Amino acid sequence: MFAYYLQLGLRSLRRNPMLTALMVMAIGFGVAASMTTYSVFRATSRNPIPQKSDVLYMVQVDNWGPENTEKGEPPDALTYIDAVALGRAKQAHRQTAIYPIGPSVIPDDPSRLPMRQGAYAVGADFFPMFEAPFLQGGPWTTEDDDKHASVIVIDRKLNDKLFNGGQSVGKQVNLDGRLFRVAGVIDEWNPQPRFFDVVNTGGFDDPPGLYIPYSRAVDLQLPTNGNNNCAKDPGEGWDNYIRSECIWNGFWVELPSKADAVAYKRYLEGYAAEQQRAGRFSWAPNVRLRNVMEWLDVQHVVPPESQISLAVSLGFLVICLVNTVGLLLAKFMRRAPEIGVRRALGASRRTIYAQFLIEAGTVGLAGGLLGLILTGVGVLGVGLVFPKDIARLATLDPTLILLTLVVAVAASLIAAFYPTWRAAQVQPAWQLKSN
Amino acid sequence: MQIKPILAALRRHKSGTILIALQIALTLAIVCNALFIIEQRVSRLSRTTGMDETNVIAIANRYVGPGTSFTPTVKTDLAAIRNLAGVEDAYATNSYPLRNGGWSMGVRLKPDAKKEITSTTLYFIDDHALKTLGVKLIEGRNFNAGEVISLDPRNSTSLPQVIITKALAQKLFEDGKALGKTIYLSQEGKPSTVIGVVEKLQVPWVGTWAGKFDQNAAMLPAILDSNYQNFVVRTRPGQQEAMLKALPKTLYATSRMRVIPEETGIRTFEQVRARAYETDRGMAILMGIVCAVLLAITAAGIVGLSSFWVGQRRKQIGVRRALGATKNDILSYFMTENFLIALGGVIVGSLLAVGMNQWLFTRFEMERLSLTYVAVGVVALLALGQAAVLAPALRASRVSPVEATRTV
Repeated sequence: MFAYYLQLGLRSLRRNPMLTALMVMAIGFGVAASMTTYSVFRATSRNPIPQKSDVLYMVQVDNWGPENTEKGEPPDALTYIDAVALGRAKQAHRQTAIYPIGPSVIPDDPSRLPMRQGAYAVGADFFPMFEAPFLQGGPWTTEDDDKHASVIVIDRKLNDKLFNGGQSVGKQVNLDGRLFRVAGVIDEWNPQPRFFDVVNTGGFDDPPGLYIPYSRAVDLQLPTNGNNNCAKDPGEGWDNYIRSECIWNGFWVELPSKADAVAYKRYLEGYAAEQQRAGRFSWAPNVRLRNVMEWLDVQHVVPPESQISLAVSLGFLVICLVNTVGLLLAKFMRRAPEIGVRRALGASRRTIYAQFLIEAGTVGLAGGLLGLILTGVGVLGVGLVFPKDIARLATLDPTLILLTLVVAVAASLIAAFYPTWRAAQVQPAWQLKSN
Repeated sequence: MQIKPILAALRRHKSGTILIALQIALTLAIVCNALFIIEQRVSRLSRTTGMDETNVIAIANRYVGPGTSFTPTVKTDLAAIRNLAGVEDAYATNSYPLRNGGWSMGVRLKPDAKKEITSTTLYFIDDHALKTLGVKLIEGRNFNAGEVISLDPRNSTSLPQVIITKALAQKLFEDGKALGKTIYLSQEGKPSTVIGVVEKLQVPWVGTWAGKFDQNAAMLPAILDSNYQNFVVRTRPGQQEAMLKALPKTLYATSRMRVIPEETGIRTFEQVRARAYETDRGMAILMGIVCAVLLAITAAGIVGLSSFWVGQRRKQIGVRRALGATKNDILSYFMTENFLIALGGVIVGSLLAVGMNQWLFTRFEMERLSLTYVAVGVVALLALGQAAVLAPALRASRVSPVEATRTV
């Protein structure tokens, strides 16, 4: 029966090519617009580290007070004082301070030009915490952190450039004239959104090429390559700077259980209270402990353009559906006499439903195929609206292809529901009489 | 006009009427807001920088190595750049308009004032900058070479002389007369005397957050002693292409210990502008496409449903024609019917448009929709409805009175 109804449906669609084309186009455009904008939304709102996103927390401590903060939200970075104090206390399972640096790598081969690298100053715990995939060697040790050792972890790309992709553990890398010993090489690794440095990247950036110990970077007085915010003039020189209330450090902790998180929050409040007693803060403890997804949400990682265009294109899809409902209604009701005859000959309402829903489903499928092509075009065009770091994350993968077809067919079936119901209500007697 | 019979007939076609009205309402809501977004983005990207933007090249340069002072190197580089035959002038700076990254600072008129009066961007420049940028000095004087110092960026940013934009002068002083007056560029900072006022210069950022102070710029006479420098170069007319190639060669010949990023290292100002407003332009184009397709689909939907109605009522039309109605009567019947439906649609749609704007306003800090857009949208959709129904209505008016006698 299904094949027969499909045949009937196709014949009916052929009978009125303009109307059919209109419906297919409405569904195609509606679905394509929604899927294209959804592909961007999906890329920007995804969980960058699903297996651990609820055990990794970003720490905030209010060191500026109510006068310099908005709505009680503590600053989105820490001072050097706080980052080091929390790092020394080691109250979490794992912890790392982090800030972006901008070193240049000087190749040994004097004929080659220096290369600038996106880089981070981090603690040894950074690598196991965020599950950086090592190809060779491994992270440096916490002893290296304590000794302020000149060690470095580089990524596969830099290893290819400097060592032709060979074994490099134990070899030296020259950063701005200073030598660092390679502890490990990680594979290309670029979690997006870059949750551990949303504040400076907005969440999307090229992969960092290297990592060095935080303690060593501060020794070398490497300034942050990201935002530095001072509520007050820090005074002259590096020593005054790191003792100041200027904020430029991220601090992440790993807390395996909810109980650990509660305990750590209590510890943070205790720390802030201690600072208050010492006279550094003249306000009550104001701290935050947010896991990865909460942090991405607070930082508005999904660009407003993505949300607005998704909302607009969903509205677009709804209009296309309303349009399709109207056209299907016209199409089905025009065939009232035919329905009357079928009903009079013994067809049940259920078979009428089946026939017309299958017909609508065919329209949906055709619309889906058109939508798929248009989505492909749309995804290629994402780069026109969004920055390239975001645009390249929007891809037409199998999930999106399947989703496009499913949404198209589902949408057309939903749109067909009312017209089909009307068709099934056709009174055979009345139709036969008027003929 | 016979409105009553039309309403009576519509009551018998509830679903079709509601569908068309709903479609018009939703279309109006989206088109109004999309047009509004387009207008906002376009007005943002058509702002001028105050510069003469042709023949300007921007270079991003980072020195490599553990150097203690970079200022001498900057000076050597500048001399080499200015020496090129195709170069008119050049200077080094921390930032320039549309670069999308730079310094902002609160401005005060008293050093101990808690609240700043307004924000401004800080451009650290030298005596060649105004000529290179093509910015017009309207009051006072330019810096002289002796005033330009080397400044450690981690130290206080206040300097004794400052040149500000007219917009900043007007925000700071009621009468707009800033020349010779003293301003404070940081809370504990030293005073700076305004020695010059330029007509206009935009801040580096194009985003909404900088919209409130997008013409507030303060220029200070210093080379920042930092390994990161932007060189802004004005080339002689017709020399831009040649200089794009010659500049990196010259810089690398002066010293190889530097990084000039491949893609964004050397850009013409046209490229800088295009990059800065990429998202705005894209959003405007996207919304434009959405509007066009949406209007087309709505029009097509109206044509489809109206045609169906005409087909359904051929017999009634025939009867009316047989009873003496003219072709014009039939035509105006369908036009009026569509007008009434569309009117219902745009009333609901106006409310939806305002509601949608309210959502955008609270969620994305967008501005309030001006009612002009709703009015334009209402007129556009009513006109669209009339245009779409014209063909089916004409077909209806051609139905011959003989139809009345047929049984179908």
